Amino acid sequence: MRQLFRFHGGVHPPEHKAVSSAAPIVQARLPQRLIVPLRQHIGTSARACVAVGDKVLKGQTIGRAEGYVSAAVHAPTSGTVVAIDMRPVAHPSGLSDLCIVIEADGDDRWIERTLLDLARMDASHVRNRLRDLGLAGLGGAVFPSFIKLNPGATAKVPTLVINGAECEPWITCDDRLMRERAQDILTGARIMATLLHATDILVGVEDNKPEALAALQAAARSLDFPADIVAVPTLYPGGGAKQLIQVLTGKEAPSGGRSTDIGVQCFNVGTAYALARAVQHGEPLMSRIVTVTGAVARPQNYEVLLGTPMAELLEQAGRTSEANGVIMGGPMMGFDIADTAAPVVKATNCLLVKSPKLFPPLPRTMPCIRCGACARACPARLQPQELYWFARAKNFGKTQEYHLFDCIECGCCNYVCPSHLPLVDYYRYAKSEIWAREQEKNAADLARRRHESRVSRLEREKAERAERLAAKAPVKKAQATVPPDSAQAAARKALAAETLARVQAKQAAAAPEPLDPPASS
Amino acid sequence: MLAAVLVMAAIALLVGGVLGYAAVRFRVEGDPLADKIDALLPQTQCGQCGHPGCKPYAQAIAEGSAEINQCPPGGEDGIRRLAELLGKEFKPLNAEHGQPKPKSVAVIDEAVCIGCTLCIQACPVDAILGASKQMHTVLAAECTGCELCVAPCPVDCITVQPIAEDLANWKWKYPAVPLKDVA
Repeated sequence: MRQLFRFHGGVHPPEHKAVSSAAPIVQARLPQRLIVPLRQHIGTSARACVAVGDKVLKGQTIGRAEGYVSAAVHAPTSGTVVAIDMRPVAHPSGLSDLCIVIEADGDDRWIERTLLDLARMDASHVRNRLRDLGLAGLGGAVFPSFIKLNPGATAKVPTLVINGAECEPWITCDDRLMRERAQDILTGARIMATLLHATDILVGVEDNKPEALAALQAAARSLDFPADIVAVPTLYPGGGAKQLIQVLTGKEAPSGGRSTDIGVQCFNVGTAYALARAVQHGEPLMSRIVTVTGAVARPQNYEVLLGTPMAELLEQAGRTSEANGVIMGGPMMGFDIADTAAPVVKATNCLLVKSPKLFPPLPRTMPCIRCGACARACPARLQPQELYWFARAKNFGKTQEYHLFDCIECGCCNYVCPSHLPLVDYYRYAKSEIWAREQEKNAADLARRRHESRVSRLEREKAERAERLAAKAPVKKAQATVPPDSAQAAARKALAAETLARVQAKQAAAAPEPLDPPASS
Repeated sequence: MLAAVLVMAAIALLVGGVLGYAAVRFRVEGDPLADKIDALLPQTQCGQCGHPGCKPYAQAIAEGSAEINQCPPGGEDGIRRLAELLGKEFKPLNAEHGQPKPKSVAVIDEAVCIGCTLCIQACPVDAILGASKQMHTVLAAECTGCELCVAPCPVDCITVQPIAEDLANWKWKYPAVPLKDVA
């Protein structure tokens, strides 16, 4: 039995998992139109590589990775590209982003798939293929997986943690995936371990999912895979990467650092499953399991093609009259969807339909009474009440001194606050202001450099021009002071003298005449 | 008496010598205060402050010949930061120098551009690309939105447009906490 540790704080919100965990995963209907955003991961948007009118096949790359932190996107079904334009996407801002719209032809015809031969390919080639297959973390952060699968030049990552904790209330997509497809998850984990040279493989699952634990243990036995399937105590946010690592290993990632700094890499079970599909079947990431729950007629998990409009999925789950809004993600960390025309993306783990009964409006917010409940609940061991005051006063320097960027926005402080303050909103505000200022500063530095180089260029050009003029000047002067004994000068002098003499002679001849008195009158 | 005078004189000479040597040996090149001020200015290089660029304005502030409230792109925040650095009182922006505007970028109507290069010569950060009798275009990422290129254009084909909000530059808003339930 492995010794487990615990992280600071945490809360026990009502789970509501039984609502959607009983029914098996069903395939969602193929929608008529799929809207595939080019930005589905952290980092740079993919760049569209198809044009309007093109016929595409299922699994065909329609957006290539651009820059290092990026991943490709693929056509989720066969059909025709009918538009590449700005559409509403799943984002807390409710803004639009560039999407490729595909009209499905209903054939669902695959492009030719090539499997990844891990034995013959070198690791960097494998990672490039995974980037081109669009693999990104399905736990929520959607970080391109190929980067996390790079152990670095010499270092290796001894511990691999597969995250099946799924601590957020209502969501059961990982639970169902582990129950139904445990073998593929462990196959993916084995590939990850090979790429990272990991020797210690831990799969953490919260103990409120006994079926998933049993399925994983059975799969590990049948695959003869030496993974340690560990039941961890149910405590929100035990599924946060840093928290799960702490529970399993007792090690804590340094402030501002990554888990690889302590030799641990962590992946979600969904990512491990997608990796296994990518390697063994050459399938790009173009579908995922989505929990549709809350105020719907048939709450359960659906396997959904990325790009399916949320409204269609909700229609399939059955609308109810009391529904009054949709959250993407869970009640703790999710955000409201402004427009359900937005498509399901790689980050969409759950659509939680709200109703006044399930989510009664919060009581009025009251002033902070400095009770410290948030500090006791904070899993990152921060001082949320201090951060709140500094963020509220826009004192961003102080928020950074109090380690604002170690906040994982889990919402424990919101949950326990007796004054119902939207604390996390203040932290998000402060973080995005600090990032914006950072960007502004970089832009100013760039402008300063460019201005300085322009000024120095103009000065250099001026100096060069002056130099050229100075170099020309002596030549001119030399021409001007040609020695008088030269033939040309002599001839000119002679000509001048001659002309002068002629003029003088003319004047001499003409002048006396009027002066002369008439000889006779 | 004489001994005391001699001792004092000797100490004065010694200390003077050390200070004189230090002044030469540890001389600071440039004006560190002007550099600090320059670091706080937005580097728009727009000249609205009445100086030919941010650095000359910073030097003028350091010398005390310019006020700290002459920079519209820096806005109130910028004035506050300058006031803090220099230990001065905050002053509202001097309206003579213009009003703060949202971050913008110059856009050339490429169909109208005649390729005269006047805007290229006016741009303080070399953010306009083009050649004589060739179409010009703005490198949006380098443009500071200073508007200096607008006036020289003989065919008025340059407009300065505010940068639209998109997913890359979107920011979380300051949380609005209702003070009272509105029925």
